[in-house]
Amino acid sequence: MIQHLLDGVLTGSYLSLGAIGLTLVMHILRFANFSHAELLSLGAYAALVCDALVSGLAPFLTVKLAPLSLTGALIIAILISMVLTGLSALIIDRLVFKRVRERGQELSMVFASFGMALIIRNVIGLIFGLSPTLYSRDIAFAVILSRDPLILVKPDQVFVLIAALALMFILHLILSRTTFGYSLRAVAENPSLAQVNGVNLQRTIMAVWLIGGGLAAVAGVFYGISHQLIPVMGRDLVLPIFAATIVGGIGSVYGAVLGGFIVGVAANMALVVLPSGYTPSVPFLLILLVLMIRPHGLFGEARA
Amino acid sequence: MIGIFSYLIFFATTASILAIAVLGLNLQWGNTGLFNGGVVAFFGAGAYATLILGGTAQAGHLGGFGLFYPLALLGGMAAAGLMAWIVGLLTLRLRHDYLAIATFGVAVAFENLMRNAEWLAGGAKGVRGFERPLRAALGDGFAYNLLFFAGVLLILIATYLFLERLVASPFGRLLRAIREDEAAAASLGKSPSKVRLTAFVTGSVILGLAGGLYGTFYAFVSPQDVLPTLTFQIWAMLIVGGAGNNRGAIFGAFLIWGAWTLSGWALSRFAPVDVQLYTGSFQFILIGSVIVGMLMWRPQGLLPERLVVSQRGKPQSTQQGE
Repeated sequence: MIQHLLDGVLTGSYLSLGAIGLTLVMHILRFANFSHAELLSLGAYAALVCDALVSGLAPFLTVKLAPLSLTGALIIAILISMVLTGLSALIIDRLVFKRVRERGQELSMVFASFGMALIIRNVIGLIFGLSPTLYSRDIAFAVILSRDPLILVKPDQVFVLIAALALMFILHLILSRTTFGYSLRAVAENPSLAQVNGVNLQRTIMAVWLIGGGLAAVAGVFYGISHQLIPVMGRDLVLPIFAATIVGGIGSVYGAVLGGFIVGVAANMALVVLPSGYTPSVPFLLILLVLMIRPHGLFGEARA
Repeated sequence: MIGIFSYLIFFATTASILAIAVLGLNLQWGNTGLFNGGVVAFFGAGAYATLILGGTAQAGHLGGFGLFYPLALLGGMAAAGLMAWIVGLLTLRLRHDYLAIATFGVAVAFENLMRNAEWLAGGAKGVRGFERPLRAALGDGFAYNLLFFAGVLLILIATYLFLERLVASPFGRLLRAIREDEAAAASLGKSPSKVRLTAFVTGSVILGLAGGLYGTFYAFVSPQDVLPTLTFQIWAMLIVGGAGNNRGAIFGAFLIWGAWTLSGWALSRFAPVDVQLYTGSFQFILIGSVIVGMLMWRPQGLLPERLVVSQRGKPQSTQQGE
């Protein structure tokens, strides 16, 4: 029971990171981006490549940072991957979403995002092969926190949780303390009014993609560290991340953080009552529950 | 020669069944602007319910009701409609993309349930033991397939005529009015959420009909038949054919199904063996590119929606639509 709760919190840390970017995009560009989960895969695989490159260029970074299985090279690779994934999100928007946005209705964007998800997922599959890979082949030993009840935690997972919380705190400071944060929230509230007051809409949209992509990259790497890297990981992550945004309320960053943890904990706690085969349905049940009780989520507001 | 002909019949039967599904989606997306992200769940509900209701008794899971075939098919349609009604009731009042996410979730959960719940529909093994209608009289040969195709074609035509009349009726006008300007329609005393729910359920019943026919055609359905792939294919058919145009929907179904079959055949025939593992990946990239490409360069589809002029004014102003 406590083990499931703990696993849920650890799962929640990467779901939250993924959901923050998604909720911002859904709020500001007003469409459900089904290709957001593919940014997680993109980031995870970009980090895999960068890790190999950095390790090759600077072999002294390949020493493990005990007790973690992480290396300095992987941490640098994560930072590079954040930038690369953010830029990819920007390029995808330029090439596809921006054009569809200018031509059609909001919902055409949803179709386009499904199409992009199919393309990205399968191109990754073509490049890296369909079988799973890992960042480190070494076995990461779990630390026993307590023997009765048995509670196991891997040091890597603790690192993931702390790093995710640190990133969220930095984002909180940016949103609440900087002019950029104000303009971002202003655009989310009312794009035209924000523009009248001198906020550059195009630049804000670019920033949203950069932030969303960067956080998605970290989320993808953390998923890869906790589980494994596989081209179809986006397919399995898309529903939990959407559930996190709906539970938290579309547009609310803090809601997305809380929603991510709620979805993670619920999916793991469900193992107590349901056979593990049903885990993929849990986010959907959570969505239904929220729509029935509080349709606009915990922190969301009604908007047509 | 008979081989090619019987293959063509097989191809045309599958394409016609898919065309019925595309017509159902067209009512939802093309005419009403409702985004159904879980087409395959409603299709699958039709297939599963038809086989369970019309099949012989099965060990270990629900089934063996052995209903008269048309009743079983109606049951399949009802199952799809019921599912749509529940989802629609919860989401249609909310922001548009809630429906997209919720229906996508329905599809994931449906596949998940069918794969795991052995007591319900045989789990991963699927539902077997279904006797195709009139099989005792006609056997399994070419004559049966030809007759089955004729039946499917008749149902396709009937669905087409039904939808054409529906779209031309005052109700169809109401659907377009809500799609174009919800506030204006509401100001005229119409209830957008109620009308949307009706259209969503009707479209899903048609999807269930297509699913029921699909299940009947193969006399077997398993979780492999309700993968998200089918949703993407049916969308591509509608977007390529032309959303809002029923003829476009049918045209798109045959075109995309032809392209899909042909690309699969070409890859298995000409690609080296080690590349064939990636056949699925290539086909998905293809279908994704078709969807994105159409939305970017020809969002109205190959056969665009025709403007319906309800009241013709003076000759010089006839070009005004709706």
